[in-house]
Amino acid sequence: MCGIAGALNLTAARGTPLPDLHAMLTMLTHRGPEEAGFYADDRVGLAHARLSIVGVGNGLQPIPNEDGTIWAICNGEFFNYVELRDGLRERGHQFRTDSDTEVLVHLYEEQGWQAIEALNGQFAVALWDARQQRLMLGRDRLGVRPLFYTTYQGQFLFASEIKALFAAGVPRQLDAHGMAQVFTLWSPLPGGSIMAGVREVLPGHVLFAHPGSAELRQHAYWHLRFPAADEIESRTPEEYVEEIRATLQQATRLRLRADVPVGAYLSGGLDSTLISSIAQAQLPHQLHTFSVAFHDDAYDERSYQFQVAEQLGTLHHVIECDAERIRATLPDVLWHTEVPLLRLTPVAMYLLSQLVHQHGLKVMLSGEGADEFFGGYDIFKETLVRRFWARQPDSRLRPLLLSRIYEHIRDLQSLSPEMLRPFFGQHLTETDLPYYSHMLRWQNTRRTHRLFAPDLVASLADYHVVDTIAVQLPREMMQWEPLARAQYTEITTFLSAYLLASQGDRVGMAHAVECRHPFLDQHMVALSNRIPARWKLRGLRGEKYILRRAAQGIAPDEIVGRLKQPYRAPIRSVFNGRALPDYAQELLSDPQIRASGIFAPQAVRLLVAKAQKSPAFSEVDQMAFIGVLTTQLIHHMFIADWDHQMATRRRDLRMTRLG
Amino acid sequence: MEINERIREFVVENCLFGDTSVDLTDDTALLDSGIIDSTGVIEMVFFISETFGLEVPAEDMLPENFNSIARLSAYIEQRIPVG
Repeated sequence: MCGIAGALNLTAARGTPLPDLHAMLTMLTHRGPEEAGFYADDRVGLAHARLSIVGVGNGLQPIPNEDGTIWAICNGEFFNYVELRDGLRERGHQFRTDSDTEVLVHLYEEQGWQAIEALNGQFAVALWDARQQRLMLGRDRLGVRPLFYTTYQGQFLFASEIKALFAAGVPRQLDAHGMAQVFTLWSPLPGGSIMAGVREVLPGHVLFAHPGSAELRQHAYWHLRFPAADEIESRTPEEYVEEIRATLQQATRLRLRADVPVGAYLSGGLDSTLISSIAQAQLPHQLHTFSVAFHDDAYDERSYQFQVAEQLGTLHHVIECDAERIRATLPDVLWHTEVPLLRLTPVAMYLLSQLVHQHGLKVMLSGEGADEFFGGYDIFKETLVRRFWARQPDSRLRPLLLSRIYEHIRDLQSLSPEMLRPFFGQHLTETDLPYYSHMLRWQNTRRTHRLFAPDLVASLADYHVVDTIAVQLPREMMQWEPLARAQYTEITTFLSAYLLASQGDRVGMAHAVECRHPFLDQHMVALSNRIPARWKLRGLRGEKYILRRAAQGIAPDEIVGRLKQPYRAPIRSVFNGRALPDYAQELLSDPQIRASGIFAPQAVRLLVAKAQKSPAFSEVDQMAFIGVLTTQLIHHMFIADWDHQMATRRRDLRMTRLG
Repeated sequence: MEINERIREFVVENCLFGDTSVDLTDDTALLDSGIIDSTGVIEMVFFISETFGLEVPAEDMLPENFNSIARLSAYIEQRIPVG
């Protein structure tokens, strides 16, 4: 795992100096602290900071082909590199390293950019082809690894993290549309960012840039797709169970490939328990497992975690996330996420990867993706209940099912069907909209816009996030089953854009820890997407039904039978009834709110008072509070106080010149 | 202060965070428009108890009593003991 950065001269004039690759890379040292290399000529520069996992002894990047006409850098892994390399060797290619990145170089020689389709992995790559005078960037299918880019002063610049672009002098300014997106979806839309002019290569896409040309072209090499409802295959659950087991075993086996030990995250839920069970069974030694415990009992799952660890016989480690630790760590987390948060779970994941790092591990397996691909989330149940209710909109009883889904939300339990109607009955009968499943959630989150300053509100008057999403949805989506539509929306706008970034790559790489996700293996994705919805979600208590059946006999029985607890960190108990930490006191003060200009000072004052004192602090209030605080942190670190932050947070490294 | 004014003040400060650009009349739908969410209902019950000394039983938590400032005022007025 690594950090990458680079630049290409887009103007016709040769000899224009490239941006300072060294300055860029020093912002990414946390991702790759072990060694660094670069390639540069008068048009293009590629730089790489390395964390050695595969080919430890000789994998310094960039890596060239035999005659030095192709140079590649990679952040991430191609898990099927062994098979690909064997084939390439048979066809006469000479390998100089054991690095999986070299596979891409030779594969590209044979197949051109389509070589990327052969890679099963999680990666962000950049490849310079001197013969074709073309720079190619690419990201894995679901966007596990980040890759940002921008153009500035005739240069095309790219990097694993935005801060490296800023270190090259790119102007720093918050983007109003990006802010509206975060305060609706929890993250910018795929391909965007909250910084004006900074974009990200889309998951499953390649991007081409040419020297002397301002034109950038992005092309999809993979699409997330589900079968049409009337063409869905029908096999027995037993057949699916067998297939899931075989595919998941193989996906896990590939992800245990590393020249360093691999550990696993364990939340106490089905998904991570299943992955840990499979991994432990495949390993000749004891697996290290890691988990988070919360001070707030409502969120704590440690009893299940210990139970699993004991039954599997893993070496288990726990980090205690108390309120003080969460408050103290928040600014560092924002330095890494580079996007405001509306919840605090990324803090827990940040502390967890710190613990992993302290134990000397750098690769972790996770259960991420199972909820999205096998129907584990409450929003899927909510969608099905609302569709059921929409068929009899006047029903008194049907809305009661909603309080059953959200049993963990206490306030809902005291409400009668009549009172549930105004909250869950909005847009009830608009079931022919492809994003029906997410309308309520987006509308709820959007209420946080109440905190925006009048100027920002005015500049967003004609901008509607949902309209932007709607035009990007695949045309055939309405032919899919309703659950598949909800899954698609969840995977593209939440898994790829938020979970894999703010709760995944960024907080893991903050401590040089790489997460690997067997459920996101391309063969697992293809398999789960063709399983009919009725085997994923069976009634309100039948989430991930087919996966649960597949887990029987592999994972401990107590966990297989356990219903999902939403995995999240507490907010209310972190801030209620306590003085704010110093940085929050300062950044939420009137002058600071006025200085950043994003929020209305009076609104923030009332919200902060409510966060500290009110016995009732709703979900929307919590999101607004964390959103305001973290936006202020982002503004402070990346805009107002940038020079100082850059100087104190950069870590120097020595780069070896190659080529 | 009139009952409806006290409710309005609570809604503006607590639910709208002082946003006076929202057109909030006595008849504005509080629930359907999302001005009050499900936690907001509980907050309102707490506010009524603190301010007017009234306990709102679960069976009274209905849109006809909660969906506007006018309805809330009418409900409270009718529950406050005369004299």
